Amino acid sequence: MSKFTGVRGRVWFKALTGQASSMPGDPHSVLIADAPIGEDKARFLCVVPDPDGRFPCARRGEVGLEEAYTLAARVREAIDADKDSAKRPIIAIVDVKSQAYGRREETAGIHLAAAAAADAYATARFAGHPVIALIVGQAISGGFLTHGYQANRLLAFDDDGVLIHAMHKEPAARITRRTVAQLEKLAETVTPLSYNVRDYAKLGLLYKLLHVSNAEHPNAEDVSLVRQEVSAAIQDARKASPDLSNRIESEAARVVRRASRLARARLEEQWNH
Amino acid sequence: MEQFEFNYPAKHKVPKRAHVGVAGSGDLEVLLEPKDDNTASVRIRTSVDGFKNTWKAVLDRFFGQYDRAVHIEINDAGATPGAVFLRLQQAVEATEV
Amino acid sequence: MSSPIFSREYLQRCSFIELNARERAKSLFDPGTGRELAEPFDRIESPWLAIQGVTPQADDGCIVMRGTIGGNKATVIAFNGPFQGGGIGEVSGAKLTAALDLACRDNEKGSQTSAVLLLETGGVRLQEANLGLAAVAEIISSIIALRRYAPVISVIAGPVGCFGGMSLAAGVSSYIVMTPEGRLGLNGPEVIEEESGVEEFDASDRSLIWSIFGGQQRYEQGLADVLVNDDTDRMVNTVRELIAKGVPAVHRSEQVDLYRSRIAALDPSTQWEPKQLHSWPSWSAGSLARPTSRSEGPATGNKEKEQ
Repeated sequence: MSKFTGVRGRVWFKALTGQASSMPGDPHSVLIADAPIGEDKARFLCVVPDPDGRFPCARRGEVGLEEAYTLAARVREAIDADKDSAKRPIIAIVDVKSQAYGRREETAGIHLAAAAAADAYATARFAGHPVIALIVGQAISGGFLTHGYQANRLLAFDDDGVLIHAMHKEPAARITRRTVAQLEKLAETVTPLSYNVRDYAKLGLLYKLLHVSNAEHPNAEDVSLVRQEVSAAIQDARKASPDLSNRIESEAARVVRRASRLARARLEEQWNH
Repeated sequence: MEQFEFNYPAKHKVPKRAHVGVAGSGDLEVLLEPKDDNTASVRIRTSVDGFKNTWKAVLDRFFGQYDRAVHIEINDAGATPGAVFLRLQQAVEATEV
Repeated sequence: MSSPIFSREYLQRCSFIELNARERAKSLFDPGTGRELAEPFDRIESPWLAIQGVTPQADDGCIVMRGTIGGNKATVIAFNGPFQGGGIGEVSGAKLTAALDLACRDNEKGSQTSAVLLLETGGVRLQEANLGLAAVAEIISSIIALRRYAPVISVIAGPVGCFGGMSLAAGVSSYIVMTPEGRLGLNGPEVIEEESGVEEFDASDRSLIWSIFGGQQRYEQGLADVLVNDDTDRMVNTVRELIAKGVPAVHRSEQVDLYRSRIAALDPSTQWEPKQLHSWPSWSAGSLARPTSRSEGPATGNKEKEQ
């Protein structure tokens, strides 16, 4: 699976926008284009590997300092440009193996870079831009928090190459002192631990699971389906509240996130005595 | 993960409830609440299996000195008997302030 | 500064770090005004831990309180470091988000309510993986919603510090308060060593760790607003002042062009001495205006530093 990291992002960026490059002055690891989708013209953003990147720890599709600040800048550019007009949709195409793990990154405050990107996406959402995350490959941990997880609507492919999680299997097994096999077994009964996207879908966070015939080499039908579904997600987001309440109000969340809902209800009861 | 319950006779009431500790490694959380009748009950949840007798010994010793009608819940993450006894005493003290 | 061990002030101080999470939260409130919500006896626990052989905590390691701080309404949410490394699980995350949302709602009704986050957390609780990660995303969103109306103050006192996804929560806050013992970063030293090798980061080198992640460094490079020595009175006063100061005209995480240009000016072909980044002009909360007016821009000088 890891050999495909970052490949799907590039493939789907090209398929959906017809373009394949970064904006002038931006690092080559961030692809951004304004392109039509449905009735809208949307800003598409994608982080991809750049083996010639300036930062050695961010060359394989990790979200590093430059990637995070570029995402933040270009999202804010769209917010500012659309201040007094129609709010264009913002579409994060997500295929990121992680955040960048490096001493330089920490020294320069990568946590703030990540925060700035998440901030920009959330601010766009609160300003009325429909923010959509299309998870075509990996969406892991800090990389996903930075790029995609602030979306109004999350869509993912129903495919073994899609991996949404807080930590990759091997390090997660090591840290929790289990074997990978034990972790996988546990994940069969503990849904939030699962590495399978169909189990992720049970958590009630996803808007839709999409079925394409080939995620790495999509045909015209695949692309058409995805365009349709992303458009539908945009319309759905426009009709609803700009917060993330849909993630706890969904049918699946009412079952799996019972404890979250109980905690919220109890706090609300007790807030004013 | 194991769960046990123990019961003891009790004579007196306790004025209020108390909460001490944390279920962190080597430690335990104790929730103590008043009961209406003349018994004391203890429910233990522990992540370290195989020590039921040790728990019984600690609690027998504790309730040998403490005769209040309480319901105690213990969430244990591997505390030593000494640490358990200490937390129980802290919980008792907290009901007395 | 004289050697701390022999200073009278040091001996008389009451350590904030030595307080447990509940005591830290309580200490911030005006006496008699702090009240805990969804407390241990409500027993709102994690549904995911016992099945994995991990003992749950009755409050899931998250303490929510409300009351007044310096006469101003506030909610304080504290993570309990000794429980699962302060990791965010489904319930502990939901408690924080709910408190932020309720404070936000109060603000919308005209009752200004600030939030103070006591961040002793390694990030997402791995035993709850995807629900922990989702909770962090929701926390970030709720901070951004609330901070429009009232300040959200992240306090990182140590010893656990603030790492992982929660470092983004700190990053989008209105103000960050740290002690010298506190640490703030996205990936901890062990994780970096694991992922990128011991040459990249030797996780056994404590002085390296604090030179990069520690409160002193973060403050000197302008990534924390106030550096407070480990003293409860000073911490309480600092939080009071920041609440009274109100929402900053612009948040650090909104200043994208500024930070982006700083990164562009760096040469990543070698490692850097953390002190090299002290020459970044410091963005300081010190001179920012009260909530109803806009400030002139990032401040020069006027750092808030308490010894």
